[in-house]
Amino acid sequence: MSLTKREVENVAHLARLEITEGEIERVVENLSSIIDFVDQLRGADTGDVLPMAHPLDMSQRLRTDEVSESDQRKRFQANTSAVEAGLYLVPKVIE
Amino acid sequence: MMHKKTVAEISRSLQAREFSSVEITRHLLSRIDSLDKNLNSFITVTADFALAAAAAADKRIASGDAGPLTGVPIAHKDIFCTDGVRTSCGSRMLDNFVSPYDATVVARLKDAGMVMLGKTNMDEFAMGSSNETSFYGPVHNPWDLNTVPGGSSGGSAAAVAARLAPVATGTDTGGSIRQPAALAGITGVKPTYGRVSRYGMIAFASSLDQAGTLTQNAEDAALVLEAMSGFDKHDSTSSPAAVPSYHGSLNESLEGLRVGVPQEFLDEGLDPQNRAAVEAALEVYRSLGATIHPVSMPSLALSVPTYYVVAPAEASSNLSRFDGVRFGYRCENPVDLVDMYKRSRGEGFGEEVKRRIMTGTYVLSAGYYDAYYLQAQKVRQLIAEDFTRVFKEVDVLMGPTTPEPAFELGAKTADPITMYLNDIYTIGVNLAGLPGVSIPCGFVNDLPVGLQLIGSHFSEAKLLNVAHRYQQETDWHQRLPGSDYE
Amino acid sequence: MEWETVIGLEIHAQLNTLSKIFSGASTAYGAEPNSQACLVDLGYPGQLPVLNAQAVAKAVKFGLATGSKVARRSVFARKNYFYPDLPKGYQISQFELPIVETGKLEVVLEDGSIKIVGLTRAHLEEDAGKSLHEDFAGMTGIDLNRAGTPLLEIVSEPEMYNAKEAVAYMKTIHTLVRYLDISDGNMAEGSFRCDANVSVRPKGSDKLGTRSEIKNLNSFRFVERAINFEVERQIDILESGGKVVQETRLYDSVKDETRSMRSKEEANDYRYFPDPDLLPVVLEESYIEDIAKTLPELPGQKRKRFIDEHGLSAYDAGVLTASRELGDYYEHVVERLGSDPKLAANWVSGELAGALNKAGLDITESVVGPEALADMLGRIVDNTISGKIAKDVFEAMWSGEGTADEIIEARGLKQITDSSAIEAVIDQVMEANPGQLADYRSGKDKLFGFFVGQVMKATQGKANPAQVNDVLRKKLAG
Repeated sequence: MSLTKREVENVAHLARLEITEGEIERVVENLSSIIDFVDQLRGADTGDVLPMAHPLDMSQRLRTDEVSESDQRKRFQANTSAVEAGLYLVPKVIE
Repeated sequence: MMHKKTVAEISRSLQAREFSSVEITRHLLSRIDSLDKNLNSFITVTADFALAAAAAADKRIASGDAGPLTGVPIAHKDIFCTDGVRTSCGSRMLDNFVSPYDATVVARLKDAGMVMLGKTNMDEFAMGSSNETSFYGPVHNPWDLNTVPGGSSGGSAAAVAARLAPVATGTDTGGSIRQPAALAGITGVKPTYGRVSRYGMIAFASSLDQAGTLTQNAEDAALVLEAMSGFDKHDSTSSPAAVPSYHGSLNESLEGLRVGVPQEFLDEGLDPQNRAAVEAALEVYRSLGATIHPVSMPSLALSVPTYYVVAPAEASSNLSRFDGVRFGYRCENPVDLVDMYKRSRGEGFGEEVKRRIMTGTYVLSAGYYDAYYLQAQKVRQLIAEDFTRVFKEVDVLMGPTTPEPAFELGAKTADPITMYLNDIYTIGVNLAGLPGVSIPCGFVNDLPVGLQLIGSHFSEAKLLNVAHRYQQETDWHQRLPGSDYE
Repeated sequence: MEWETVIGLEIHAQLNTLSKIFSGASTAYGAEPNSQACLVDLGYPGQLPVLNAQAVAKAVKFGLATGSKVARRSVFARKNYFYPDLPKGYQISQFELPIVETGKLEVVLEDGSIKIVGLTRAHLEEDAGKSLHEDFAGMTGIDLNRAGTPLLEIVSEPEMYNAKEAVAYMKTIHTLVRYLDISDGNMAEGSFRCDANVSVRPKGSDKLGTRSEIKNLNSFRFVERAINFEVERQIDILESGGKVVQETRLYDSVKDETRSMRSKEEANDYRYFPDPDLLPVVLEESYIEDIAKTLPELPGQKRKRFIDEHGLSAYDAGVLTASRELGDYYEHVVERLGSDPKLAANWVSGELAGALNKAGLDITESVVGPEALADMLGRIVDNTISGKIAKDVFEAMWSGEGTADEIIEARGLKQITDSSAIEAVIDQVMEANPGQLADYRSGKDKLFGFFVGQVMKATQGKANPAQVNDVLRKKLAG
């Protein structure tokens, strides 16, 4: 096992995914095998190769600064019921 | 018999008033109703929408205001947002999600007058190679119901193979159009990255995702691809390059065509019968005037591990928006904010999606970024350079689409790596952003296998021409998966 | 032990674009909750960002104005974390390759001396939404109108050594962004706010102490108070043998204290990586040159010119360059008046500023325009009225009674400069006050002021003071 249970729990917390006690062992096993598999990349000779973030050699296009969107709150909020006074509701946020 | 017609044939029949759009739409809806129980290729059938759109198309045809695709039915992979229609992405997370807008692909084909029959099944968030990760259950391959249709565009592939729709859209991040096309015996086209807008296509891995078509043949792909391609101001990564007439160049001669065959594709992982089918196809090309050249692309050996760093990394971030707040699944009675996040995501996402989010989170996390993510981006560059180099010597690359024909349901679900390796020949194309096509080239154990064609950036016209000429010489693409589908 | 404070600021200036940095939704302040949050801002599935040209142009302006390096190639990255006001679960920001790097800023401190503060970088990013903690049955409400508003995050070097320096630096940036018209700088609306990184170390040490980051300070006063509180807190900890913990703190302006932010307690791992939905921003040389041509005279340059060419004091020059509009007003006055810039400066920063302040108006909303003020000052210069009378004239102008000349005419305020008329009044005054006259002549020089006062009273202040002095001195001498 290349990953420990603790490491996997930390990753799950970062990703905000609940993993139950029943699942954890299998998740550790699977994730370990994937990480072991991709570990073969470490052997590649990439000395002065530039990292490639995009498949096309293009630069960012700029959009004219103008307001093109109108208020469609009602429509956009139709996908949740947790709304009050136009606000999305979440469990209390403590700062 | 209407259902066996290709897009081009339906178009001609509609123009000639042999049947109406409403008639063929009704016919296909009833086929879906009776045959899809066994296939499960649709998540949502939009019968009312379809009939209304078909009636409108018939009016357009009657008034002489029709284009070549007006009135032709289509199915959309359920990854494309469709205004007013549930867009689930194969996930419990979006089981209740109704998109308030159309993806650019959907909008363009709608404008062209195409009639949407429904939304096709897929691996959850397009993560899978067998369509077994769908929240809506697996899709069955019409060639053998015990086998998978491939994935992630498995529903689209099965629907076209079973002639429930003449064409379906798909998306391809690591092979998700080409692999199911091969396993279902149809034609799949994954265009150059940036050719088709990603706006409204629910993102899996943004630097790899590309929309394309699943059709009976290359001619249909040319017709539909032409209508859905082109610059979109909503997508920063969309190319401004003009879209040529794909249909116009289908019949060009292949005399002198230089075909490269990456030796890395003919490795020991390739089923010998599958290899024989590919070699037979190369012979057909030789007879059409092409020359065959073995080429070597050593960095391709690392394409699968590279992909399984880059794609999950991007996915882990892309799927963070599914947090239970503004749309999508939200768990019952969260005790606090973190609990809401964790259970909404834990319960809303399936196992494979969570696995990839975890993998992506891990490779981007402090201490691992350089070793995994950055290193993968560098290897990605090497792979792209390998392609650039060989395209100086050859016009197209050819090889198998998959190592083997369709496998049995459940055969590869236990070990994720085994499943991942099914995309070994298709992944490199996505990493380099190239166009790729899969066309049927024979059968292994009565199951179809595909020939993969790969071109340089924006060479779709050439690839479709090369595919079409083969399909003029062969009839693999016309075979039907059994008498049920006659 | 003697302690030294080290402060670095991260200023967030909202750029005053019409639409958001990656969407076409309006950035206007104060709309109904979520009415200006479009699909991109809401992070809807399938939505993609497209970069606003003005956001880039404004960042470049800032870079050029601070003599910074404007990157020919910059890259947007995703900063990943979960928070309800962050709809996508990541903030689009710039990380390794920001659009502006390494500049310098001249900051005028309270005592008039100049301090150079290094700028580490300035990068473009999107603002988050707002959490409203009023009770919705134990829930928090989220308004995403602000989500996606363009921000320029300006990061200073840790080169400020007390709260006052930090405030002076922040004020300098505040003035600059408004001069450049890249931000409205409205602190009450949150368009201009900062995080302060504060640490202390033994005096003479060259190693930085453990810092705390105080979040979201939205007034100059709060910055000063929060830093002062934090410095004392850290010194108390160190002097009692404790250790400062690196953490994020929140300033509570009601209690005037900082406290640890529970929500940010856990160590963050933001997993930055280049945003694959956006391409590298590549700026051509010609693009940068074109923007350079649009740069206005900067506050520092203007201050120097006012001192060198107008002969103003450093203080006056500082006041008059606090905003571009105030400087413009002052220059309009000087131009029309054609002389006496010092007089103009005194009036703009004195009477006019006072009247504006009292009426709660901005210089651009001034009831008395620069031409009208210049015409009035012209009457002081040509001796038509005295400076004292001018104050009454100005007041009348402010209340809308007309131009300076109309008011002088209507109220008969024209200064008496006719020496025979002045002599006649002086004669009357001397006649009416024989006792004082005798006392003066017997040596009580101090009574001179009494006679001046009587003459001015008799002329209702209209006599030319210099002339009165002159004639009176001769006459009293006998």
